Parts: sequence; C-alpha cells; structure tokens
Amino acid sequence: MIGFIFKRLLQSVIVMLTVALIAFALFRYVGDPINNMVGQDTTQEERAALKERLGLDDPFLVQFGRFAKNAAQGEFGISYQHRRPVSDLIAERAPATLELSLLSALLAIAVGIPMGVYTAIRRDGWLSRAFMSLSLIGISLPTFLIGILLILLFGVILRWLPTFGRGEVVQLGWWSTGLLTASGLKALIMPAITLALFQMTLIMRLVRAEMLEVLRTDFVKFGRARGLPDRYIHFKTALKNTMVPVITIIGLQLGAIIAFAIITETVFQWPGMGLMFIQAVREVDIPIMAAYLVMIALIFVVINLVVDILYYVVDPRLRVDRAATGH
Amino acid sequence: MADTLQRTPRTRLGRAFDSDIWHSFIRSPLVILSAVISIAIFAAAIFAPWIAPHNPFDLASIDLMDSSLPPMWLEDGDPRFLLGTDDQGRDILSTIIYGARISLLVSVAAVVFSMVLGITLGLISGYVGGRTDAIIMRVADVQLAFPAILIAMLIDGVVRGLLPRDMHGDVAIYVLVFAIGISGWVQYARTVRGSTLVEKNKEYVQAARVIGIGPVTILWRHVLPNVTGPVLVIATIHLAIAIITEATLSFLGVGVPPTTPSMGTLIQVGQDYLFSGEWWITIFPGIALAVLVLAINLFGDWLRDALNPKLR
Repeated sequence: MIGFIFKRLLQSVIVMLTVALIAFALFRYVGDPINNMVGQDTTQEERAALKERLGLDDPFLVQFGRFAKNAAQGEFGISYQHRRPVSDLIAERAPATLELSLLSALLAIAVGIPMGVYTAIRRDGWLSRAFMSLSLIGISLPTFLIGILLILLFGVILRWLPTFGRGEVVQLGWWSTGLLTASGLKALIMPAITLALFQMTLIMRLVRAEMLEVLRTDFVKFGRARGLPDRYIHFKTALKNTMVPVITIIGLQLGAIIAFAIITETVFQWPGMGLMFIQAVREVDIPIMAAYLVMIALIFVVINLVVDILYYVVDPRLRVDRAATGH
Repeated sequence: MADTLQRTPRTRLGRAFDSDIWHSFIRSPLVILSAVISIAIFAAAIFAPWIAPHNPFDLASIDLMDSSLPPMWLEDGDPRFLLGTDDQGRDILSTIIYGARISLLVSVAAVVFSMVLGITLGLISGYVGGRTDAIIMRVADVQLAFPAILIAMLIDGVVRGLLPRDMHGDVAIYVLVFAIGISGWVQYARTVRGSTLVEKNKEYVQAARVIGIGPVTILWRHVLPNVTGPVLVIATIHLAIAIITEATLSFLGVGVPPTTPSMGTLIQVGQDYLFSGEWWITIFPGIALAVLVLAINLFGDWLRDALNPKLR
C-alpha cells in the first residue's frame, strides 16, 4: 500500500516536472520575454539590465530551477497583456470559474445518476428511450452550440435570463461570489446548464451501462430468488456495486469540466480563468498560458492520484491481484 | 487479382452484399439515414463550387442590397436565398457548404494524421516492447488524462507563439490539423498495441519471422489487417470529435482565421447578430454542424456494434 502510493506519487511529480519544463520552455523560448515586457523606446542598456535582473543569462538548469521554485509558490511573472502579476489575475478570476464548475458538476451528478439508474431498470420504457435519444443529441451538440441555443431561447426570445457576465457579486474576503445575489444566481443558470449537459449525458450513459452489467450478475439473481424487494435490489445491491467506476469517471470529469469551462465562459463572457486563458492564447500572452498549463496539470494530477488511491482502498480485489502477481 | 475472382464462387462485391455487416446495415433505417446524410454533406462539401447556389467569395456576385435577409419562407424572404443572407449579403446556405468544406478538410486530415501516428506508434510499441513500449505508453497515459480539446488548444497556442504574428493566417489550417491530430493518437496506439501483442506470438507470425521476413513486412502484412475493424470504429467516432474540436477552436478564435468560413467561424460571426434578431446567421450553421456530427456518431455506434462479434 505504502509502496503503491509512493510509486504513484513519484509518477505525479515526474509529470508535474515535465509540464513545468514545457511551461518554462514556453516562457523562455517562445518570443523574446524582454521585448514583451518593455516598451519600444527602451534603450539597449535598460534591456540588458532587465535581462540581468531576471537572470535570463544564467545556465538553463539554474533558470529552470528558479522557474519551478517560483511556480511552486504560485508566481508566474507579469502578464504581457495586462501588465499585472499573473497570480493576482488568477486569484481574481478563480472564484468565478470554481463556482461555475462546482455547480455544473453537482447538477450533472444529481441529474445524470438518477437518469442512468432509471434507463437501466426500465430498459424498454418510452421515457428511457427518450432519455437515450436525448443523450445522443447531447453528445453530438458541441458545448458552444448548446450555449447559443439557450441564449437564443431564454435570453433573446423569452428575455428571462441575462446572456452574459456574472451579475452582481459580493466580496467575501478575496473570494467574490455570485451566489448571494438574485442577479448573480440568475446569471449562473444558463452557463451552469451548458457546462453540465455534456457531463450529464456521459454520467447517465455510464451509470446505465454499469447497472445493466451488475443486474446480470449472479448475486443480483440470488437476491431476487431470496425475494428481496426490487427497490432494495436496485438501490442497495446494484447501484452500490456500480459506484466504483462511476466515482472514478466523475472524478476525472471534474477536471474536464474545468477545461470545458473555457468554452462556456467564452460563450457567456463569464469573467473566469477560462476566458482569460483563451484571450491569452489569442494574444500569445505566455505567462498566463504557462500558469494555466501548470495549474490545470496540477488539478488533473491531484484528481488522478486521489482516484487511483481511492480505487485501491475501495476495491480489495486490486490488492489481492497485485500481491498474487508480485507487482 | 483476376485469379482469385475466378476461384471464389461470387465476386468480391457479391460477398460484400452477403456479409453480416451489410445485412445489419440494411435492417436499420436510422443507420441508413445517417449514412446518407453524412455522404450527402461530404459530397456537398467536395463539390461545393458546383453545388452551392452562390459563390460567397465572389465579390462581384455579392450585393449589399441583399444583406440580412431572413430565410425565404419568412416575411421579407427572397426565393434566391433559401436560408437567408448574412450582414454582407452572402447566401447562408452557400457559406455553410463552403464552411463544411474547410471543416471536413481539417477534420479528415487530422483524423488521418492521428491514425497514421497512432498506428505507427502502436505497432512499434507492441512489436519492439521493452523500454520503447514503456515510454510510448507512459506518454499515452499522461496525455489521456487531459481532455483532447485542451491539448489541441495548448498546441495551437504554442505554435502561434513560435511563429511570427503575420504568418498566423496562412498556416492556421495546418496548425489546426496538427493540433487536433496530435491530441487524438492515443486511442489508435492503445488498440493497435494490444492486437500487436496478441498477434506477434502467434505461430504464423513466428513462422514468417523464421523464414526471414523483416519486421516491417510482418507488421504491415500480418499484424495490421487484424486491427482494421477496431481502427475503423475509432476513426469514425474520432471524426465526429475532430469536427466538434475544429468548430470549437474556430469558434473560440484560435482555429482557422475568422475570415475563412468554417462551421465554427460561421457560428461565431453570427453570434453577434443573435441579439438583433437575425438568428438565422448563426442557427443554420449550428444545425448543419449538429446534424453532421449526430449522423457520424450514429453511424459510428452502429459500426462498433456490427463489428463486435460478442454482440452477434
């Protein structure tokens, strides 16, 4: 167990170092950092002084070491475009993205799991067929198109909901929240649904597939033979046994939600990190790109690590297999 | 070739029409419909200059007097423009056909690129084994942990940074093909590697090796034919994903340049007119995109089931 965790931890560190190396190479070799930081009328001496001060003449490993150390402390330098520290910009915009992502994840889970269970139990019901058809459409509609359709329906035709921005926000310390005002909540509805829809269909299809698999097993048949009520078999026996893969996928999807937030934030002009990232890609604002890359990688690596360890803890068969094959 | 045709009781075509897959195909109307729709859109895209009612890039044929006309069945609609016109007087139907051309060109090229890269790496990984295999599969694992669209976005951003600013527009399409292609090779590599591992220890492969056939020939003639089915299924579903990715990146402004019509740029440009009531500029390209992706997905789902011997 300790050995396994240590091995996975080591892998995670290697991944993070690789990502940091890519981010550093981006920062150092894509475009000239000095040119991007100073104005046109800066003299050669001033440029040389800045280069000296930033240590851009040091050996590669020294520079990378410094970059990694700063990155570990959350410092990624100054944005070329905004002329402000990247860490400040991210701190400012993180709450918007996190509120949106977490709400979408909750929505996707709260709707996706019951729909998956229902379609598995009533396989041939008309409602199940409707759900399955809807889910295929949900997978085929790109996220941005769902957003545009929602804007057209609820924003332009019905005029019920705001079509862009976060509404009024309240500051709680450094965290700005849109959850406490009516306009903030209203502004959250459409982006949250847009972001949740794709994950919802994925979760639903996964739960359905896993449930169908489990309902075929002998212990479910045995449960039925014992005369256990359907409700007990479906929810206590079957659903519980589908939860391991479902939790894994949901964990991995959490990372995907943050990535897909880029699209949703662009459609709804939501002032989060995703919108800032896509603007940075358009304007080749390397410090922001590097910071976002490292941050997203960190989120993914942590989620992967936690899921792997959870798997190991939850499923005893994994432990036995490893012991038996000597891995 | 003629020799084999004579010896088999029926022609190749005859055998194809008698196969399980053909029977399964002909029995599912929804699959036939989606195949027809996919082929129709592909054909329209390939033959765009002959099929499109107008040429939206021929400045001589565009008249600003025709700008922002609604679809022909609505009030003020003009029978010359079936789905209406945009703010510059271009026919929406024609821009969709030309847009599909770019979108499909990029997606198909990206899928082919992914496929070649994935199959090559998968074959090498499975056949050579050892450290090479470990490195390739480790990279694949790491890449699989990130959503493909994010990787494509990052590659796009990096290449943009590496190139001088005024070159972006010219090379954007190649960059996009490269970015989408790189982000999708893992699925192919894993499948091909698995089959290679199984095949390489079979007796006929060992026999081939004994009589001195080189590894490239063995992989090409004996291992590769075993994976065409699964690779075809992955490619179909990947095509749908590639089309969505292209549209999304172009919509976000990091794909093809805004002046080039693709499904994504058309929807993006049209989004601004949503609020002034000219919904058709963005909604029709959107519907076209959704229908195309849905048709390919349905076809891919069926192909996966049809080629899966477990489900027969």
